[in-house]
Amino acid sequence: MTLRFDRLGPYLPFLLNGIWPVIILSLVAAFFGCVIGFIAALAKRRGGAIGKIFGAYIDFFRGTPAFVQLYFVHMALPQILKFNWPGWLSCVIVFSLNSGAYLAEVMRAGIEGIDRGQIEAAKALGVKSKDITRDIIVPQALRKILPAMFNEFIALTKETSIVSVVGMMDLMRRSSIIQGTLYITFEPLLVVLVVYYLLNKILSFCGKCLERKLKYD
Amino acid sequence: MIKVEHLYKDYAEDIKVLHDVNFTFEDGKTYAIIGSSGGGKSTFIRCLNMLEVPTSGTITLDGTVVNDPKTDLTKIREKMGMVFQNFNLFEHMVAKKNVAYALMKVKGMEKEQAYEKAVEMLEKVGLGHRVNSYPHQLSGGEKQRVAIARALAMEPEILLCDEPTSALDPEMTTEVLKVLKSLSHTGLTMIVVTHEMAFAREVADYILYMDQGEITECSTPAEFFTNAKTERARQFVANML
Repeated sequence: MTLRFDRLGPYLPFLLNGIWPVIILSLVAAFFGCVIGFIAALAKRRGGAIGKIFGAYIDFFRGTPAFVQLYFVHMALPQILKFNWPGWLSCVIVFSLNSGAYLAEVMRAGIEGIDRGQIEAAKALGVKSKDITRDIIVPQALRKILPAMFNEFIALTKETSIVSVVGMMDLMRRSSIIQGTLYITFEPLLVVLVVYYLLNKILSFCGKCLERKLKYD
Repeated sequence: MIKVEHLYKDYAEDIKVLHDVNFTFEDGKTYAIIGSSGGGKSTFIRCLNMLEVPTSGTITLDGTVVNDPKTDLTKIREKMGMVFQNFNLFEHMVAKKNVAYALMKVKGMEKEQAYEKAVEMLEKVGLGHRVNSYPHQLSGGEKQRVAIARALAMEPEILLCDEPTSALDPEMTTEVLKVLKSLSHTGLTMIVVTHEMAFAREVADYILYMDQGEITECSTPAEFFTNAKTERARQFVANML
């Protein structure tokens, strides 16, 4: 059989515009994921009832598939809450919470990897705990966990390919529309694969640059 | 003046590290705390600035109860510098930033002023050529001298040293002790946990001997090294010399 990229041609802009939901959702979810993850990491470290709650959250979101989580939030929850929210909101909620759970564990490991002695030295100098967290713990932990964080960002970006189930017009959804219209499968899906691949190449390049920038040894 | 009264520290029901410690540190004097490992020396010195929270008893610094939950620890710690066995430098900051950081954050100094003072302090400990080095680029002795400069830059009234040379080889030990010696009798109260008997004998005004969680003796070095009060201390001296 022959490949008909020429037939795909006119639809290419339509297909490629699907990159925006992927990028925007990934960025927003990565941002909220970092915030949630940081809070969850600190809470879990502190322990107590709140620590346990955050621990359960982390455990749950890491222990169930994002695909099912998304379905659940978009289809099942509105049934109870008697309130329908748009697909993009479901996506933001699920992917933020999902990546937050993974990032929490990454961040917790980073924080625990900081030598206690430095924290004691800062305390002994009279530095306040919020300054210790911000100036001593975070910069060093960040440096250590950067590769693992970018791993998570890449996983997140790829994971967003399921959002068509709640009606988002992402790359996958657009490629299925083209498949249905033109009766070609290989060509649009190949383009989708290449776009995801390039997107993550750029992401990991950014990670490497940032790592180099934060280097101090 | 630091007054310690009936200080107890237990880690668990059956792990009693400090047992009714009573002592008053006079201003401007140098104290060497010595004794066998496990005697509670480090725990004791760490209680003084609340890195360890005492189980009971009181520690009073110039009339303020240090271990009162209502006391602003920041204020107390500003008056007490500390030097650690493992230096505990901030690994992601160059030497001068290690020194300048608390000047900016705690003393509220301007950046420029803080760095100027940091460089000045590092020059004082003989590290004027190392101000832009990261801790991992420094030798152990240099790291400890940066740590001393960092503590002194805050202009503390008291300097606590917890085995400041135990992680150093003999040559580096000498360079660090030289710096510490130069600080004694300059108005600074120094409390040094150490295994360096020569330093204790030469520099300290008083030797505190700690054994099984108690201060069993406080003597001048001359008394201590020739005629310690307890049998265990005499044995300790005999083993060390």
